[in-house]
Amino acid sequence: MSNPFSKLDKVLEHSVRLQILSILVVNESFDFNSLKETLELSDGNLATHIKALEREKYILINKSFVGKKPNTRYRLSEKGRQAFKKHIDALEAIIKTQKQ
Amino acid sequence: MPNESKYEADIASIRNMMERTSKFISLSGLSGVLAGVYALVGAGFVYFMLYFPRSPFGYRVETIQPLDTVMKLMGVALVVLVASIGTGLWLSSKKAQKAGVKIWSTSSRAMLVNLAVPIVSGGIFILILLMNGHYGVVAPTCLVFYGLGLINASPNLYDEIRYLGYSEIILGLISAALPGYGLLFWSLGFGVLHIVYGLLMFRKYDT
Repeated sequence: MSNPFSKLDKVLEHSVRLQILSILVVNESFDFNSLKETLELSDGNLATHIKALEREKYILINKSFVGKKPNTRYRLSEKGRQAFKKHIDALEAIIKTQKQ
Repeated sequence: MPNESKYEADIASIRNMMERTSKFISLSGLSGVLAGVYALVGAGFVYFMLYFPRSPFGYRVETIQPLDTVMKLMGVALVVLVASIGTGLWLSSKKAQKAGVKIWSTSSRAMLVNLAVPIVSGGIFILILLMNGHYGVVAPTCLVFYGLGLINASPNLYDEIRYLGYSEIILGLISAALPGYGLLFWSLGFGVLHIVYGLLMFRKYDT
């Protein structure tokens, strides 16, 4: 049997990134400020994690303006959805083997 | 093992984020019960205004009503609606406060939009029916559109809401076939069903 640890996604091992993807799995799109409030993070901290996800092309970014305020919305890419699923499957496999 | 707790915490946080951002979990079951009670009080009031002393289970045959009766009925319906929404907002914001979450969030906004589309269309449709004098099918139309609204908003709410929606639609369709029993079906749909589902949700989520 292959080692389930090797199937974990290195980028998603950070729990904030995993939480961002979980939010985007159930919401078509989500804006920066709502993410910040939900996850209770600072601007800089959230931006760092978003950049990491963006670099992997797990999320898509849509910048627009609401009035004069910039409004940045994020969506999950197909690649992100697959990475998320694979990571959860790996988590599940690890927990199962550890419970035995 | 320290790792085990980390992975289990990851799974728990995924579930938490998914629910918190997509579901309006502050909806109070108790407010459903009270909305049902208001509807029954309203229906009782209408019964004494229109039917008394005939049995509330009797079939109404006369369909032509004077305009002021229609206005009175709309007034009662409006009072019930405003009282229900007010109670819902009040109890839900109390519940949200207790849980430390905001009542005005992405999920509650999504829920309201999904709920509003069928209900506003239904409301306009009913006004058109009233203007054309089709009083008999107003109660069933309320029930059907309300049910559609609930089903449309249910992904952002608890599962029970979807079943409540189906029940309202079924009741509405039966009521449309029996137009003389409008008030009775209206009381069942907006009164009894709200109380039953409200109690179910109260026992499951509020305590």
